[in-house]
Amino acid sequence: MSDVIKLRKGLDIRLKGKAETVYGQAPAAELYAIKPTDFNGLKPKMMVKEGEHVDAGGVLFVDKNKPEVKFLSAVSGTVEAVRRGERRAILEVVVRAEGEVKPVEVGKLNPSQATREQVIEKLLETGAWTYLLQRPYNVIADPKLYHKAVFISTFDTAPLAPDYDHVVRGNEEAFQAGVDALAKLAPVFIGTRGQGSSKAFTGAKNAKVVEFQGPHPAGCVGVQINHVQPINAGEVVLTVQPQEVVAIGKIFSEGKLDFSRVVVVTGPEVKKPAYYRTVVGAQVSSIVENNVNPEGTRLVSGNVLTGKTIAMDGFLGYHDSQLTALKEGNESEFMGWIAPGLNKFSASRTFFTWLQGKKEYRLDTNMHGQPRAIVVSGEMEKVLPMDIYPEHLLKAVMAKDIDKMIELGIFEVVEEDMALCEFVSTSKLPVQRILRNGLNLMMEEVG
Amino acid sequence: MKSLRKYLDSVKPNFEKGGKYEKFSQTFEAFESFLYAPGTTNQGGVHVRDGVDLKRVISMVILALIPAAIFGIWNTGYQHYQMLGLEQSFWCNFWYGLTIFVPMMIVSYVVGLGIEFATAEIRHEQVNEGFLATGLLIPLVMPADVPLWMVAVATAFSVIFAKEVFGGTGMNIWNPALVARAFLFFAYPSKMSGDAVWYGEGEAVDGFTGATALSLANSNMELATSKYDFWNAFIGYMPGSIGETSALCILIGGVFLLLTGVASWKTMLSVFVGGGLTAFLFNQFGPATGIAQLPWYMHLVYGGFCFGAVFMATDPVTSCRTEAGKYIFGLLVGFVAILVRVLNPGYPEGMMLAILFMNTLAPTIDYFIVDRNISKRRKRALKTA
Repeated sequence: MSDVIKLRKGLDIRLKGKAETVYGQAPAAELYAIKPTDFNGLKPKMMVKEGEHVDAGGVLFVDKNKPEVKFLSAVSGTVEAVRRGERRAILEVVVRAEGEVKPVEVGKLNPSQATREQVIEKLLETGAWTYLLQRPYNVIADPKLYHKAVFISTFDTAPLAPDYDHVVRGNEEAFQAGVDALAKLAPVFIGTRGQGSSKAFTGAKNAKVVEFQGPHPAGCVGVQINHVQPINAGEVVLTVQPQEVVAIGKIFSEGKLDFSRVVVVTGPEVKKPAYYRTVVGAQVSSIVENNVNPEGTRLVSGNVLTGKTIAMDGFLGYHDSQLTALKEGNESEFMGWIAPGLNKFSASRTFFTWLQGKKEYRLDTNMHGQPRAIVVSGEMEKVLPMDIYPEHLLKAVMAKDIDKMIELGIFEVVEEDMALCEFVSTSKLPVQRILRNGLNLMMEEVG
Repeated sequence: MKSLRKYLDSVKPNFEKGGKYEKFSQTFEAFESFLYAPGTTNQGGVHVRDGVDLKRVISMVILALIPAAIFGIWNTGYQHYQMLGLEQSFWCNFWYGLTIFVPMMIVSYVVGLGIEFATAEIRHEQVNEGFLATGLLIPLVMPADVPLWMVAVATAFSVIFAKEVFGGTGMNIWNPALVARAFLFFAYPSKMSGDAVWYGEGEAVDGFTGATALSLANSNMELATSKYDFWNAFIGYMPGSIGETSALCILIGGVFLLLTGVASWKTMLSVFVGGGLTAFLFNQFGPATGIAQLPWYMHLVYGGFCFGAVFMATDPVTSCRTEAGKYIFGLLVGFVAILVRVLNPGYPEGMMLAILFMNTLAPTIDYFIVDRNISKRRKRALKTA
């Protein structure tokens, strides 16, 4: 019998383009990339040069501050490019694949007979440590720290998010093996949807299973942590995503490095939303080519709340299991602010779409207004099911008041937990950017 | 509509940096975004946004004010001809009211928006829409007789000293419309209260007394309740500031605000509960003065109580910003309003002062509520440490 936590606050954005649980077919990608920008605060140190050959499982770069954290190539091939941006920051390390993508043998390890140090060593060695993110800050975990707990959310409530029950089907044993390995690091907590979810999740051993009910962001691991074991100043907890737990499980139980990743292609501009089997960091063009109308479309790696814009020939984000395509809403609308707006989705009731029931919307990327001073109160609180005052916290960040930030609970949130606050903001507040600025400031000042 | 869009696009360069009218860039921007919701897209955070924006919210407030405004315009004419001892048609009353109300509204908008646009240009910030609601609220809380120059001075005072010096929309401590009214109330009391300011110009017929329901209740409660019984007062057939008399029309607007979620039901309900309860207690245990013995439900329909509860106390910027705080804020607004009415015969109307006073206290209420969250977090950390 698992604990049940019911969340009332939140919002499910009814976006058109949900994928059915079928797999689409697409040819394997030729290019693969790891983007250091997918990791907060990561400074990469390159271990390969452009034009060099790299084997599958070979090290592409390491974390400059924690050199034991390695980023491995998913495929064997040649390093095509190391693309840099402003101040020569590395944006993408691209590898051109040669031959088929095959799992790499690394040797099994039975976690029940291994020490915590051996498990950490194995994770570092196989590059799987990069799957472990730590709270506060949502950065790659520090292997030297004491970790209070490991949290795995096995469902995603974000708009059009993948159904992990479907994604892990066939890999249930590997998931359990991954949980067994992670349990060596710290007590494991698994957040589930409860009844009807995959038995791999609800029946997981070696972990405490907690059931969550309610709208988005109930699936956000930060919200789950807040209700199970809120993070206090000085504590560190780890979070891992289900597909990555499976990958970790395969390392320990089968001795194989498996970079395969299921990704769901969704959104209003997708012709046939479906699941695809691909590889971490794969170029997405082969998947989206005939499925997404490229004209005036924005392709997002991730969901519409937290994902990053990528080009039609861009690369899947490191932790992403979703691609979303939606229309660029860069057209002006005559008297748009007073029009009835029956095609607009709003959490507020100022558009009378709330009388239309559960319609799905073809939302675009229009901001629907311009940034303003904060006027409306209470709207962010309605979509944040945590014991936190979002407006006061954000104001403390804007004022760079570190003590206040800690007091108001900045350690307990990261961008995805508060993304809905940004969505609903009448004043079009860049909530996630403000929060990241605050978190970066905390990392510098407090560590 | 295409030609208008084309025209805007063709003149736009004049207002951009280096253009002929660079100084009016924010003014142009405000008009352009008024005509066309801009095609700005989300960059770097969420990719989709809620349809709502400040323009939409303010539009809802203006829509909600329309019933009270229309009734107020009619009632201004009706009260005027009552004073003159004449019965006039609906349109005649309405027309007279328009001649009073429209000039006031124009003055308030021209002065207020003029200052808003000027500050926006100076600060190089976009024009906030907040004043569009304030500009309509100001004439609605004025008596019919107030000279236009006073409306202009009061509007200028409130926009500059109650709003812009604090940083503009969203940063003000006091509700700007009420500051405008309070400014006139204390600077020119003879034009803002008393028995004669509610009717427009003209000679009153013999035997006409122009006291408002509240000041009448102050001296003679029975007379007040017989002249302005509950239903008359509820519908609004009584003298008073232009928009405040009809509880019915105000509540229609209030229901609209609650349906659209623009106003907080917590604040609104709490004001009525706080006021009703306080008046009820005075009925039971209060002194034997007329106003203390005025039945509690009459308090809610007399004077500006309803208008304040629905449109003023619910202003999100100057009210409490925490949900729990809204209950406390509302209850205290109602309590203080009745307290002022009953215990200070010098001010028959306590609502304006109550709201301004509670505006001042709202951040303190929020402070204690947020502090509870902070100490909870601190205790939790100590327990696990």
